[in-house]
Amino acid sequence: MNPALKTWAGFGGAAVLLFAVAPAALSDFRLNLLAKFLCLAMVAVGIGFAWGRGGMLVLGQGVFFGLGGYLMAMHMKLADAGPGGVPDFMLLYGNGVLPGWWEPMRSPVVTVLAILVLPAALALVLGYAVFRRRVRGAYFAILSQALAAAFALLLIGQQTVTGGTNGLNGFRSFFGYDLADPLNKQTLYYICAGVLLAMVAGVRLLMNSRYGELLVAVRDQENRVRFLGYDPALIKAGAYALAACFAAVGGALFTPVAGIISPADVGVVPSISLLIGVAIGGRATLLGPVIGSIAVSWAETGLSERFPSIWTYFLGGLFIVVVAFLPNGLASLTFRRRPSPATGKQTQPATSVDLPATSGGHP
Amino acid sequence: MTEDIHVEALENVLTEPAAAFKHDYLEIRDLKVVFDGFVAVDGVDLTVTSGDLRFLIGPNGAGKTTLVDAVTGLAPAAGSVRFGGVELLGRSSHRIARSGVGRTFQTASVFEELTVLQNLDIAAGAGRKLRTLLRRRTSVPTEVEAALETIGLGKVAHLPAGVLAHGQKQWLEIGMLLVQNAHVLLLDEPVAGMSQAEREQTGLLLQRIGQQRTVVVVEHDMEFMRTYASSVTVMHQGKVLAEGSVSEVTEDERVIEVYLGSRSHGRGTAVIENGETK
Ligand SMILES: Nc1ncnc2c1ncn2[C@@H]1O[C@H](COP(=O)(O)OP(=O)(O)O)[C@@H](O)[C@H]1O
Ligand SMILES: [Mg+2]
Repeated sequence: MNPALKTWAGFGGAAVLLFAVAPAALSDFRLNLLAKFLCLAMVAVGIGFAWGRGGMLVLGQGVFFGLGGYLMAMHMKLADAGPGGVPDFMLLYGNGVLPGWWEPMRSPVVTVLAILVLPAALALVLGYAVFRRRVRGAYFAILSQALAAAFALLLIGQQTVTGGTNGLNGFRSFFGYDLADPLNKQTLYYICAGVLLAMVAGVRLLMNSRYGELLVAVRDQENRVRFLGYDPALIKAGAYALAACFAAVGGALFTPVAGIISPADVGVVPSISLLIGVAIGGRATLLGPVIGSIAVSWAETGLSERFPSIWTYFLGGLFIVVVAFLPNGLASLTFRRRPSPATGKQTQPATSVDLPATSGGHP
Repeated sequence: MTEDIHVEALENVLTEPAAAFKHDYLEIRDLKVVFDGFVAVDGVDLTVTSGDLRFLIGPNGAGKTTLVDAVTGLAPAAGSVRFGGVELLGRSSHRIARSGVGRTFQTASVFEELTVLQNLDIAAGAGRKLRTLLRRRTSVPTEVEAALETIGLGKVAHLPAGVLAHGQKQWLEIGMLLVQNAHVLLLDEPVAGMSQAEREQTGLLLQRIGQQRTVVVVEHDMEFMRTYASSVTVMHQGKVLAEGSVSEVTEDERVIEVYLGSRSHGRGTAVIENGETK
């Protein structure tokens, strides 16, 4: 089948599953759970683009997920508190005075803009500074992870303004809609499904754009791109910013769906498990990251409830097996391309996680 | 399967009038590159004008690649490198490239996963606006089309560059320099590993490009140099040993000594001897 046709067939299939099958087949509780997974899958779409196409091992996406989630939570807390009101937890732990930087989040418009712009802008600036110094591969991965750890610590330390370890929770409404109403919860699910599909479609268009080609060129031969007159740092920072934006939107929708955002959702462990989903699904494919991430979330919910102690080991083990034996993820099993007669080899990158560290070096 | 180079098609790639490049020159003064105390390039002066096909030769380790690295911002250097009245040293590599200096690498470094066409399209596009970048390519830019014909890769335009034969990859590299519209072309051993027929075609193409642009070819092979060079600079141990026409250089005592004194680098030695006894 022609690859474009195949992609859109997969896309159509996903739309039918998400919009028709799932709402009919799942209970309200399960559907809400799926909505949560879809939010995490949004982060995965961004990781798939930045890592699979751009070669950036983004291990700290929890930061941007958290930024989006907390921005949304701030707005919801303020909306619940009413005009001029102060969120309940501040009265409980603090002196009951609203910090100035909370104030803008009273406005729903400002909140949405902040979610779309702030994390992306932060990633752009940070990414450009880091990539310009030619920080790559494992070093970049460690740096991004340190950022996630620091962010989680910061949130925990500032209990009076961030809710500390408990995070922000107990929301009653989402842009004026009562969250206790199952119908509104269902609408929230449809929003998540729609946003996720839009992201996948957007990434698909970007992959086929000239920018998408350029990003692959930077991944494989950074220096060569540089000597053609492009600034590779800017090209990479752009993809990193897009991934950050997707993560922030995922976090912003996760907050009303899950009813809570806390440091446990933004630190090192969630950042890694997001990446593992992508690795398992196949980072360079279009739908692989989505499927992998939903599968990991699903398994986590099922297994970690029954065997909380072995879940992390299981996940780690699966990650190693996939990276060692299926560098293109499980997607390479089901969608394996027959080696085309002209090339005699697969066109997907057949390298493991350390690919970014070794590529684009001094020729 | 392999097509030949079509030098005539070059007219359609280098469309700007030759007069625009007439006064181009690359001026290197007192260039010095030191790696951890080891002086790889030691006070090199070099001036190359457009219309010249300059060969830069010298035994292995003479510092030829390092010189190209320094000019293109890859190796930290002291001294001065000027092109078009602009100082290049201290600029970042991509800005040097934008000032018109293009280079190839000793080992072909094309984008193996991308098609030949995509490789050329990227090379042609450093000036594109974000809006253009975010869209897909709907047609083949004319200079890319012409470059495909020039370098004889029209029939394989849609194959991944990784599957090309070695010589074809080198040609693709040259094609990328052409569509990049480099005014100064620095080619590091462009014919290494090519067949005799491919060398001849490449030599003719470079000669033709050299008539208009400022071209420096780093080369090992004395015979290739003898046939196509219009002028030669010989480097040895980081310094310029001799400079001049092909005959001046091949008759230079010190050059002969450098090449004879290192018989292990057989190729160069043998050819010089042939020249001497012709
Ligand atoms: N990055 C580097 N670090 C240390 N030494 C280097 C480096 N690059 C080149 N050299 C040394 O500089 C000398 C010149 O190398 P090079 O320019 O590659 O020679 P050529 O291209 O003429 O064969 C060699 O002795 C080489 O070992
Ligand atoms: Mg060399």
